[in-house]
Amino acid sequence: MKKDIFKIANKRLKSRLIVGTGKYKNFKQTAQAIKESGADMVTVAVRRVNIIDKKKPILTDYLNPKKIIYLPNTAGCFTSEEALRTLRLAREMGGWKLVKLEVLGDKKTLYPNMIETLKSTKTLVKEGFKVMVYCTDDLLLAKKLEDLGASAIMPLASPIGSGLGLQNKVNISLIIKQSKVPVIVDAGIGTASDATIAMEMGCDGVLINSAIAKAKDPIKMAQAFKNAVIAGRNCYLAGRMKKNYFAIPSSPTDGLI
Amino acid sequence: MAKIQLNGKKVSIKPKATIYELLKKFKLNNKKIAIEHNGIIIPKSNYKKKYLKNNDKLEVVHFIGGG
Repeated sequence: MKKDIFKIANKRLKSRLIVGTGKYKNFKQTAQAIKESGADMVTVAVRRVNIIDKKKPILTDYLNPKKIIYLPNTAGCFTSEEALRTLRLAREMGGWKLVKLEVLGDKKTLYPNMIETLKSTKTLVKEGFKVMVYCTDDLLLAKKLEDLGASAIMPLASPIGSGLGLQNKVNISLIIKQSKVPVIVDAGIGTASDATIAMEMGCDGVLINSAIAKAKDPIKMAQAFKNAVIAGRNCYLAGRMKKNYFAIPSSPTDGLI
Repeated sequence: MAKIQLNGKKVSIKPKATIYELLKKFKLNNKKIAIEHNGIIIPKSNYKKKYLKNNDKLEVVHFIGGG
């Protein structure tokens, strides 16, 4: 069988599960959950250093950027300028070219502002960034992002942190069918089966944060997601059976007594 | 003394201090941060060359947990 390789902008990943590092109880739990998830790429945010209290632990003490791929994001940015500023700083910090762009448009739904997102993608690609883009599940805009040079298309399943799961499977499927770059469902996944469904549909990967971090037992949930993503991917590769409207017996009818 | 804005807070530093000296004063590891000086990102190699003056705005950022 052909080897199933997952590549984003020439970066080869072992796991199709990408994990966020926010919302955990503490860094110890973050590190343990990520280890159990099997993810080799994690998203991180860029924020001001606490100048006053430097005794507070920091993320890099628990997650070694040399051992796990840091994917800097622009969470909390509402304009193209803010997003560009954040990612340019991220690049300066450690030489990261592979980044996740998200430009938000509404505080209540954290829905992506696609006008600003398209504008930012264009600039970032020109500056040599490899951009994975959080976006709406609009088919035409997803295509536009790809044409602009996005390294991955990341449509939302439902609003960030909502846990509502895949709300528009048809659109996600259409985006998967038309895209030549990886499609990674980002935001809104609530439970392991949501991730399996996304992967069965042919998504190249999923990005999970809240569903793991906000579980009663994040470590166990990280394991659940690891298995869910593997199961979904294998199912997609295996090709599911055809649906029938009527029953077809599983045991032979010949030789019935 | 020169007064600068460091991550939104007013701090006093000795005159003609460089970014490098400021980082030392605040015990910041320059490998784990990025700096914006009056809106312009400063490459790490220039920390020793960049002098701070009154009313300068400095942003020092690092990576934190995020989704």
